Amino acid sequence: METLSFLTGNFNQILSLAWVHTLLVSVAVGLAILTGVPIGIAITQSQRAADAVLYIASVIITIPSIALFGLMIPVLSMIGQGIGYMPAIIAVLLYSQLPIIRNTYTAINNVDPALREAARGVGMTAMQRLKMVEIPLAIPVIMAGVRTAVVMNIGVMAIAAYIGAGGLGTLIQRGISQSDPRQLIIGAVSVSLLAIVADFSLLWLQKRLTPKGLAAAV
Amino acid sequence: MITLDKLTKIFDTPNGSITAADHISMEVPTGEICVLLGPSGCGKTTTLKMVNRIIPATSGRVLIHGEDTSQMNTVDLRRNIGYVIQQIGLFPNMTIEDNISVVPKLLGWSAEKYKKRALELLDLVALDPAIFLKRYPSELSGGQQQRVGVIRALAADPKVMLMDEPFGAIDPINREVIQDEFLKMQKELQKTILFVSHDIDEAVKMGDKIAIFREGKLEQYAAPDDLLAHPANDFIAGFVGNDRTLKRLQLVTAGEVMQQNPSMVTLDQPLDEALQLMESRDLEAVTVVNREQKPIGMVRREIAQVHRGSCRDHHDGLPTVIYQDDDLRSVVSRLYRVDASWLPVVDGEGYLQGVITQRGITHHVGATYRTQA
Ligand SMILES: Nc1ncnc2c1ncn2[C@@H]1O[C@H](COP(=O)(O)OP(=O)(O)O)[C@@H](O)[C@H]1O
Ligand SMILES: [Mg+2]
Repeated sequence: METLSFLTGNFNQILSLAWVHTLLVSVAVGLAILTGVPIGIAITQSQRAADAVLYIASVIITIPSIALFGLMIPVLSMIGQGIGYMPAIIAVLLYSQLPIIRNTYTAINNVDPALREAARGVGMTAMQRLKMVEIPLAIPVIMAGVRTAVVMNIGVMAIAAYIGAGGLGTLIQRGISQSDPRQLIIGAVSVSLLAIVADFSLLWLQKRLTPKGLAAAV
Repeated sequence: MITLDKLTKIFDTPNGSITAADHISMEVPTGEICVLLGPSGCGKTTTLKMVNRIIPATSGRVLIHGEDTSQMNTVDLRRNIGYVIQQIGLFPNMTIEDNISVVPKLLGWSAEKYKKRALELLDLVALDPAIFLKRYPSELSGGQQQRVGVIRALAADPKVMLMDEPFGAIDPINREVIQDEFLKMQKELQKTILFVSHDIDEAVKMGDKIAIFREGKLEQYAAPDDLLAHPANDFIAGFVGNDRTLKRLQLVTAGEVMQQNPSMVTLDQPLDEALQLMESRDLEAVTVVNREQKPIGMVRREIAQVHRGSCRDHHDGLPTVIYQDDDLRSVVSRLYRVDASWLPVVDGEGYLQGVITQRGITHHVGATYRTQA
């Protein structure tokens, strides 16, 4: 009851926290796509590079977020950004690399060799093959990686409230420090809700982006 | 013209090196189909792919119209060679129209021109553009996909085509249909084609020349009739089959073997005139034609010997007639089926052009052996 009245009383604030949360994750994952997809494509050219890159990305993902923030504070302090949204975005960017790079790498590698050969055979350059054949075919799997990254990092971003990043984590943090179960519950539930909504929206987007001919095949 | 000059490919594998193509030298004249034939793994595909440099040659050269392909830009080279891969390889993310237009687009044709071309090509292989242009490959049957694979290769009207078992994925009945369609197209298009097959019947049907491969080596390069009549060694004889002489029959049409200026009588002629004709020409029977010179029956010598009257009253029906363009295999089959030693041959309109006899066929098939001996 009290939780509900807190919710109605502070609805606008909660919405704006959710908005900031979404924005931070979007910017971070967006940047991760810009780095991860090209890296994923590049490492299809060399098995050794692929092994190394995927290993590093898996190691990064095992570092607890709190520890990662701790590591970044002294480094980013040198440019006056030790706390706030900057370390949060960088952490999410790093965590997103593994699902995005790995899925891109796998998807491009799994393009039917016959199609790759057909693409070479009709006289496409390497860039044209990527743009016209390989990336379109890889889209569903790459998007699945993006979804994993987003859902996972909505949780990470909640913890980043401790270093002052803002977002829905702020409610959880306040709930704990003020021993206020209302804020704690609302914070936790809204983070979960946001993750679910994001997952479904991205699934919809994934279907939209998947080339039509592929949808007919599966 | 495509010239292969000591073309060689050695694959280095963890289990040692494999010589997939060993000093292959041959020439495919402009406008002809050359079938690369041989058992699986003998190097046909490898040889084919060295022509458009999908596989780089270890040594040797490929010349197209006299020009060394190793000096050309691979992208330009491939855009100017139609390529039908063994696995069809239509791009599943593109519509049929986009698949067909891929090379024209890469070559920078205007949208108007490549759209028109896609329509034209679909018509050529009897696929209704209204239905198929906007479909995706996954919505087509194997045979339809294969047709699209072929017209994609034809789209930019290349002079040279490489076709790797292009009709492999189709059931035997539809395969015959596509083969016939393709041969009809080729009559007009006059492409210079390297065509891979492992099927001797397909090779005999499609090839102006056949190149037989065995373990990376070119064993014999000859016209189908030559190859069937004179296989160069036991391996080839075994590969082309014990019925190779019968296969040769497919290569000849009735029109080439029939006796022209056939004897004939009309319905109104008296029987003794027919008898005289048969006696003077030593025939056992003679064709009866109607006023339009279309065969409608025959008069037998033993009948004419014992009866009087007109041919109208004493002729028998014809069991069947042969068309000029029928191949000898089907002619022989029908001769046996109706137990006849000869049959009249007509042209497309049904006018009598000649007669074909079992003896004439035997003579024709045997000619090449006699000249050799
Ligand atoms: N990429 C490759 N690496 C190693 N060996 C290969 C490769 N491609 C083909 N070969 C080998 O070369 C030989 C000829 O193969 P191929 O040209 O595909 O035969 P065909 O088309 O006549 O069936 C086979 O022994 C095959 O195993
Ligand atoms: Mg092959």
